[in-house]
Order: sequence, then structure tokens, then C-alpha cells
Amino acid sequence: MKYVDEYRDGELARGIAASIAREAAPSREYRLMEFCGGHTHAISRYGLEDLLPDNVRMIHGPGCPVCVLPMARVDMAIACARDPRVTLCIYGDLMRVPGSNGASLLRARAEGADIRMVYSTLDAVRIAEARPDREVVFFAVGFETTTPPTALAIRAAETKGLTNFSILCNHVMTPPAMRAILDSGDVESVRVEGFIGPAHVSTVIGTRPYEEFAQRYGKPVVVAGFEPLDVVQAILMLVRQINERRSEVENQYVRAVVEAGNLKAQAVMDEVFERRETFEWRGLGWLKDSALRLKAAYARYDAELRFDLVEAPARDNPACECGAILRGVKKPRDCKVFGTLCTPDTPMGSCMVSPEGACSAHWTYGRFRETAGRERSRLA
Amino acid sequence: MSKHHPVRRRLDIKNGRVDLTHGAGGRAMGQLIEDIFHAAFDNDWLRAGDDQSAFDVAAGRMVMTTDGYVVSPIFFPGGDIGSLAVNGTINDIAMAGARPLYLSASFIIEEGFPLADLQRVAASMGEASRLAGVPIITGDTKVVERGKADGVFISTAGVGLARVGRPLSSDAARPGDVVLLSGTIGDHGVAVMSKRENLEFETEIVSDSAALHGLVAAIMAVGEGNVRVMRDPTRGGLAATLNELAHRSRIGFSIEEDAIPVRPEVAAACEFLGLDPLNVANEGKLVAIVAPAAAAAVLAAMQVHPLGRGAVAIGRAIADENRFVQMRTSFGGGRIVDWLSGEQLPRIC
Repeated sequence: MKYVDEYRDGELARGIAASIAREAAPSREYRLMEFCGGHTHAISRYGLEDLLPDNVRMIHGPGCPVCVLPMARVDMAIACARDPRVTLCIYGDLMRVPGSNGASLLRARAEGADIRMVYSTLDAVRIAEARPDREVVFFAVGFETTTPPTALAIRAAETKGLTNFSILCNHVMTPPAMRAILDSGDVESVRVEGFIGPAHVSTVIGTRPYEEFAQRYGKPVVVAGFEPLDVVQAILMLVRQINERRSEVENQYVRAVVEAGNLKAQAVMDEVFERRETFEWRGLGWLKDSALRLKAAYARYDAELRFDLVEAPARDNPACECGAILRGVKKPRDCKVFGTLCTPDTPMGSCMVSPEGACSAHWTYGRFRETAGRERSRLA
Repeated sequence: MSKHHPVRRRLDIKNGRVDLTHGAGGRAMGQLIEDIFHAAFDNDWLRAGDDQSAFDVAAGRMVMTTDGYVVSPIFFPGGDIGSLAVNGTINDIAMAGARPLYLSASFIIEEGFPLADLQRVAASMGEASRLAGVPIITGDTKVVERGKADGVFISTAGVGLARVGRPLSSDAARPGDVVLLSGTIGDHGVAVMSKRENLEFETEIVSDSAALHGLVAAIMAVGEGNVRVMRDPTRGGLAATLNELAHRSRIGFSIEEDAIPVRPEVAAACEFLGLDPLNVANEGKLVAIVAPAAAAAVLAAMQVHPLGRGAVAIGRAIADENRFVQMRTSFGGGRIVDWLSGEQLPRIC
């Protein structure tokens, strides 16, 4: 497949891996965080760990939109879907995210709620158009990647004069989450020495927002694509920065990302959304200026106002370590319930639900490494 | 008193729809069965018009299976619910290494279903059954109120004759056995998905739906005694099949991603839908786990059969108490190939 196979070339990967092995100083450890769940997934899906020397360690970050969605917001969506007037449109990953007391959208649907999986925000708009008798609510979730499409859906609803379309907005922003990790005071997380910066998010926001992490925090950032070769190359670039005591923002993903980002997408986001004072993230807690809501001019599309949805405090299962895993403090296998009570079939925490979640990725692709130790798979 | 011979009006296939009288046991039902099903499946058993059919059995072991078909949409590139039902049931029998003999088919039809579509489904079943040489010898029809079904559901049963000798069994794979795959994966699932509402995309991909008993006969002719188990990787795809076999046989598998054939169009569709071809359904492929000594001969026999032309060896069974299916990725790293959790859902970013 053109423009895909090139970035999955095993031969090239082995060449880059050899450079990493040669250049990584054996006397030290390199602790790198891939912020995005897309990278976590690629690392696990292609078995990249097998290509890296033992002292180059990847720490999974919180950039999985489904994972950081707090239980209280899932509960809100379930409450909204249970309203008999409502047709709730969602991205498929959200179906199985656990809410309070074992609830989930999947279960709500089985109980009669009208919940539809959509691939695009515009599908939700189309459903609203086709069903004027229904209140169509789009459960808007995601980082800066999925925010512009939600903004476009709002604009489309406005153009079409729809009065039965609204969104339950949970859009969050990447830089505040990176800051939270570096500021959190967790001994482990401060030891993150460099970041693989987001791929799709950066196509929208560009590379400039990461400058503060390079300059103020002294952490190199390499923005990288989601293909496995992108990731391996970004790791090499980070190892080189660390070796040379540089902390810069570098762009590996030049085929898609420019410094200033996508100005049109930024403009439509700015037109429709504004920052919330504070927003809860699973694992990271309440973060100031970290999420978006609709501006007053678009308040009529805000499902929270329209249906008087309130965010009731909800507590994660105390045995679930998603919070610490999202901060990079713990690994999936450090969690007592990983692979026993919590599996993709019976997820207790959100990290086990999304294919981009650290626990799901480790369970689905990587758990054989635990029994083989770091001895690699039998295949390698 | 004059004798009444009511004129039997022909079914209005072009514009007519199934209504509740077609399931009520009266004349309308008789006409539907006769004009649509018997016409399409035509054979002596059905012509006898009984509620059951009798057939002679040979001495030995019989194999029986049952299956339900609820595919949506009903018509898709390369097939429809009817041919799928016939081929799928034949394949379930064939995977035991057995020779499929007879099928039954039961239809649950939603009120309002177009007669033209029903006729098209029946015709395609009849053709699939004739092509395979496996007649549909008994059946049933029910009509349910609008909204209580989705168009038409087909439930089948099949019987077949097992070969003499050791029966194939999913617990029979041993470390060292070779994993053979009869061709490309993911064709059926992607063909169906390409026609799903909200997902429609232009593609040349057609379902691989096919009856595999001929291929199975070719395999057994050279591999009898050395073929441990065969499976058609339908729902859940190759990944689910290998995991099931690993669990049943208490072994692991080690496979090579590079060896698994995937059509470029299927790979592309999976790429943008966020799916893994390993999890996507097939309806005309089989996996055979074969003792190492016979693997080359079985593979060669598969490759000369029209439905096994793309057959390849994709890996081996290994001793593994964890029963993991491990794969070396094209990229060079290792990963697990796991069962899918729930439905295969698109990823959001």
C-alpha cells in the first residue's frame, strides 16, 4: 500500500534500531514518554520494544482520549442517553468505558437507550436532519485532533438550521496534560527525559506549543507520525538530543506537520469553543485551562445546558491503577487487577478499553513478554 | 351446488411483499413455499411435500451442524445471505473432514420483506446448493411482525458423513505442526462492511463466500492421518480461530505476518477503518493444522485446487502453557495475536 508500506519497512527499522543501540550510552537509561495513545498502540502493535536496547525505556503517556475521560463524564453521557428523547451518537471506542457501578453505554443500549456509533461528526448531523423528532446528541471526545470536526458539525447544524442537535463536549488539550505530568511531583514522571510528541494533534496545533517543554522544562520533544518507522526514528532523534544535552522541539513528522499547524482548523476551533476554567482528567485530576466548551454564542448546542446534565462526583474502583498508569508512574503489569479482574472483555478501567490505552495495548499485543522476561519473544 | 375452483393468483413477485398471511399456515403460505422455495431448491424430497425428508445412511459416523445467518446487509458484493447460509453450513460439516450430504433451511421473515428479494435469496441458495451438490431437503417458514426481525434470518442444519479413521478434532494440534492457510484473509468482512450504512465506500472487493468441501477432499486425499484439525476462520477472523485452536489443543502458535496474504484493497480498507485483517471474517478460507511430515504435500494439494490457489504456510504450533498466538510482525518485532474484545470497533484517532 503506497504511502503506508514505506513507513513499515522492517529493513529500514533494523538499520535505525542498530543506530539507537550504537548511540545509546550503555551506562545510563533513557526514559522516553510517548504522549499519544496512537504511539502506544504502534509500539505494541509492531513489537517495537523488541528492536530497542534494554536501557531505552518507553513510558506510556496520557494521550488516549478515551482513557483520560473521567468516570463522571461517562456517567453524564449515560444519563443523557437514558433520556427517552435522546439519540446519542458516539465514537465506537466509548461504548465499553466503565461508568459508576458497572454502568456503560453498551449496557445502557442493551437497556433500551438509543445509542449509535458514528465514524464522523457529520454522520451525527445527518441523523439529526433525518430525525427531527429526536434530540440528537454527539458525545464529543478527544484532543485537538477531533475538536475541529466537532466544530464543523456545530457550524453545519447552524447552517442547516437544526434545532435538535447538540454536543456533550469533553474536548481536551495536549499541552496542559504534558505540563501536569512534568509538574506533578511524581519522582518517576519527572524522570521522563524526553517526549515523543503527538502526530495528529500536531497537524492541528503545530510544533510551537511544545517549545515551553524544551525551553522551560529542558525536555526534548520530537513530534512523530504514528507509523512504526516514525516512532523508531523519533526515538533515535531523542537519544541524540539527550546525548548532546540538547532540549529542542524537533519535527520528525514533516510530511504532515508544520510549525504553525493548521490555521483553518485552529480558526474554526476558536470560533466555536472557549476554555473551561477547569476540567477533570482521569489520572491527572482537575487541570486548569485544559479543556473546551462551546462559546456563549453556540450555547444552544450545548447538551449540558439543554438537558441540565450535572457532573456528579464519581470514584474509580480503588484497585484500578489507571491514574498512575496514565501519569507514567506505573506500568500495566504493576496493577493488581491487570489481566485477572480487568481484561478487555471485562474492563475495570478505561486504559483497558481503548486500543490506544496502555493496558489494552499491553494485554492485546505484549503480554507474552512477561513470561519470557525481557528475553524477547520466541520469534526474535 | 356448483363446485368452487378458486383461480390461484400468481404471486406478485415484482411488487409484492411478505405479509402475515404468508406465515399463517394457510394457502398463502403454501403458495409462498411452493413458488419461491421449492422452485429454487427443486428436488424430489421437497416435491414430496412432507414435513420431513427421509434418506438412507451409510454405516459409519455422521456429522451434524446447525447455523444461523443474520448478515446485514442481506446482499453484498460476492454473495448474499442465501449463498452464505448454504456455503457456511457446508463448510462447518467439511471442516470435520466429512462429506456434506443434506441441508435444511428455516426462514424467519419480517413482514413487509419484498418478495423479489426473497426470491433472489432463494435462487442464490438453490444455485449454491446445486453447485456444491448438497441439496436442501427440508425447511420451514415463519413470518414475524414488522420490527421483530431485520428482513430475513436463515437458520440451517447440515448432515454429513465422516471419514473412517481418526476424526479431526480441535484438541489434536501438537507442537511442531504446520499452520496452513488457504488464501487471502479479510475479503468477506470488508466486502460486507463496504455496504454498511454510514460506512459505504467504493471497493472492488468481493466476499470469498464458497463451499470448501472440495478443497477439504483434496486435502484429506493426501493428508489423511496427518491433518490434525481444520477450521474456517469466519467471525473473529484468523485471530479467533488460532486462539480457539491454541486453547483447545493446549499449545501456542508462532506465525509470520509477512506470510499471511492480504489483498491490497483489503489492507487499505482495514487501514482507514482502523481494523486488523486478522480479526476480519472470511467465508471461503480454511486453516489446516498438519503434522510436519505431510505439510508440504498438503500445501501442494491445496495449491492445485481452485479455492486453495493462494495457500501458504504461515507458521507453526509451539509448546506454550500460556497458549499465546505470537506473531513476528513485518516490522520485525513480536506481538500477540489476541481474540478481539466485543465488536471490532473503529478507533477514533
